Amino acid sequence: MATIRFTLNGKPQAVDVSPDLPLLWVLRDALGLTGTKFGCGMAICGACTVHVNGTAVRSCSMQAAAIADKNVVTIEGLSADGSHPVQKAWIEKDVPQCGYCQSGQIMGAAALLAKNARPSDADIDEVMKFYICRCGTYQDIRSAIHRAAELQANGGVK
Amino acid sequence: MNATRRGFLKTTAGLVVGFYLPGRGEVAAQGTAVTTQRVNAWVRIGTDDSVTLMIHKSEMGQGTVTSLSQLLAEELECDWKKIRTEFPGIDPAFGLQGVFGSQSIRTGWGPLRNAGAQAREMLLQAAAQRWGIGKSLCRASDGVISNTANGEKLTFGKVADAASKLTPPTGLTLKNPGQYKLIGKSMKRLDTPDKVTGRTKFGIDVRVPGMVYAAIARCPVAGGKVASFDATKAKAIAGVRDAVQISNGIAVIADNTWAAFAGAKALEIKWDEGPNAAFNTPAIRKAFTEQTLLPGASARRQGNGAAALDTAGKKIDAVYEAPFLAHAPMEPLNCVAHVRPDGCDVWASTQMQTGISGIALQLTGLRPDQITIHTQYLGGGFGRRAGTDYAREAIELAKIVKVPVKVTWSREHDLQNGIYRPASVTRFAGGLDAEGWPLVLTANIACPPMGGSGSFGGGRGGGVDSTSVEGIADLRYAIPHMQVDYHSVTGGVPTTYWRAVGYTQNTFFGESFLDEMAVAGGKDPVDVRRRLLADVPRLLGVLNLAAEKAGWGKPLPAGHHQGIAVVNNIGSYTAQVAEVSVTGGKLKVHRVVCATDCGQVINPAIVEQQIRSAIVFGLSAALKGEITIDGGRVQQSNFHQYDVVRMDEAPAVEVHIVPSTEAPGGMGEAGVPTIAPAVCNAIFRATGKRIRRLPIQGQELA
Repeated sequence: MATIRFTLNGKPQAVDVSPDLPLLWVLRDALGLTGTKFGCGMAICGACTVHVNGTAVRSCSMQAAAIADKNVVTIEGLSADGSHPVQKAWIEKDVPQCGYCQSGQIMGAAALLAKNARPSDADIDEVMKFYICRCGTYQDIRSAIHRAAELQANGGVK
Repeated sequence: MNATRRGFLKTTAGLVVGFYLPGRGEVAAQGTAVTTQRVNAWVRIGTDDSVTLMIHKSEMGQGTVTSLSQLLAEELECDWKKIRTEFPGIDPAFGLQGVFGSQSIRTGWGPLRNAGAQAREMLLQAAAQRWGIGKSLCRASDGVISNTANGEKLTFGKVADAASKLTPPTGLTLKNPGQYKLIGKSMKRLDTPDKVTGRTKFGIDVRVPGMVYAAIARCPVAGGKVASFDATKAKAIAGVRDAVQISNGIAVIADNTWAAFAGAKALEIKWDEGPNAAFNTPAIRKAFTEQTLLPGASARRQGNGAAALDTAGKKIDAVYEAPFLAHAPMEPLNCVAHVRPDGCDVWASTQMQTGISGIALQLTGLRPDQITIHTQYLGGGFGRRAGTDYAREAIELAKIVKVPVKVTWSREHDLQNGIYRPASVTRFAGGLDAEGWPLVLTANIACPPMGGSGSFGGGRGGGVDSTSVEGIADLRYAIPHMQVDYHSVTGGVPTTYWRAVGYTQNTFFGESFLDEMAVAGGKDPVDVRRRLLADVPRLLGVLNLAAEKAGWGKPLPAGHHQGIAVVNNIGSYTAQVAEVSVTGGKLKVHRVVCATDCGQVINPAIVEQQIRSAIVFGLSAALKGEITIDGGRVQQSNFHQYDVVRMDEAPAVEVHIVPSTEAPGGMGEAGVPTIAPAVCNAIFRATGKRIRRLPIQGQELA
């Protein structure tokens, strides 16, 4: 066991876990933040995506020790009230079906828009093809990302 | 009655109206309500103006929470923004409770509107009494009752208590379609806001005080048993507490899910694999194919198939094959159970509440009123969660550990210890008349039984499993002679429903072979279908609509080719035209035009969502989906070996809905069956290559 200190959704956090415990299980089991989802455990499906120092990472494949002193943002911390442009666009387009993969999709899309404010369809596909949705919401996700880009251009990312 | 329902009925003041949602097979053909004194669903109007719909349904992405609420609100005239849905604990006395077969709207259509009307009339009556006027002078709209004589207003909550003293009226006349305000409107899904902020609680998100985590090592061969095991290495892992044997394997109990997974992997287990270890995919394919040469159980006899084949002007035959498939919902299977001397609670994202309740009764020996099943949101179901294996294990383990325990399946467990959509083989023969039109069709199907979760195959020739022949035995085409035979076979793995059930492979087989018959007769595939569906107006309607909207027969972009397929399943009618190109052997599905007639549409946006979803789901199977067996073991372990369609492979989908006031059909499964044959028929037109085995991936398309 080790005490890992990091910033979680804007607040200092300390957690006593085995240093090799993946971040996914630090969040879900040790800290009770269940918005980040387990899908494959092999960094293939994207359901567990969170931001570490602003970059989208697969939390199932990042050990607790690696997040020491880092800034971690999960779906619960993307905005205080669901007002991030990506979340607003997702609501406007009614993207989720079962919804299970959507935390990861949203975190992936938010990271994409932070780097590329006006992505083309091809830009979106190139990033989002690594996120599996078994309900097949891809067409809706693509259209919501374009809408989020518009919202972001009008209001900026919080 | 269990605690959850007691709490619902007692704790809040206001009006509660109970009603009955019939199960599968209980709905009259026209979708009318069943007359019954039983109650298994409730609507509550709180004194705070809240409206709560309590229904035993499972939300797994199909939008049922939203569309069922629309049915209620249409008649209730409540404020749409104030509707909430709760999933009640379930009672064995209710009869079968589960969500499969795309039936929620079909069974809820009458009862939910009627319950809404009953509650509305009681609220109006209570307001009329308060004002001392006749009820006919009162109007309800948006959760407010108006006195049309003097303009006074009361919200529903203000009269809810008084209304609860009244007797629910019967024989109410429901609105006609011209009066609908919500039915037929694309209301926003009620579950979206929580799903974009991580707040929705799926089964895997359940946390109960004192809960421990578990993972189970199961025999890699279905039906195998533990001979002996050594947990020394597993227990040496940080966070692992214990390892115990249960009937389905060895459970590792730990402080977190990750340690439980690692512990389960570190177990050293000697298995008694049993007879299923003898199965492998090449031998399964050979055995199924050979079986189709023999006469089977009769699934359809119309005219005289054998004699007609002898006299047909032209004959063709073909053998079609589909593989085993996993469901692979994004939320891996899981279940939380807590068994105490005086009670049992089970938290599960499930499609089969009744089955779990029965297992809890059997395993705990408790009384029905001591058992509560807490239905959670489902991270996909697709039929896998109509099984109950995940709950049986958790309840069995909870009895041993005596504290709440969450059993989580890894993705490897999900794919390798699953219950599968059966592999199957169908042998067709077709004959054409002198003018080249279909005269006779015979089909000989070898398929492990789909109906019957976890079954290991039935006796050969011993009857017909109706779900294994649907899609061929119930073809609507006016072909004078049709004969369908069925063989129940086994591939050594348990089999079950998969989104769209028998139609998932049989519509691929049947619609592809019909295309072959059209080509053999020198006919256009749409013309052949038009002629054979002349007496099935709704199927003909979607065929014509899809062909028109897709521009069938009109010039296409260079290298693009179209294929078409139709299906009538779950009370709905669907046609799809797929537009593909094959360049250098590489297939691209560019566009799918789908026409659907699902009767009265409740929420068009949700219908369109379900079709887009079904097309991606069906395309994943058509292009890539395959579970193979070697030594009785499933060879695919995770998404790198069981890949699905990704965003860059998803076609643009256009949906066209036929306006209708017929009783609603199902939608969750309607769009799945036709995508594989539409794509394969398009591949034939592009390349001359007929795809007779799925998946397409790995086959030469030149």
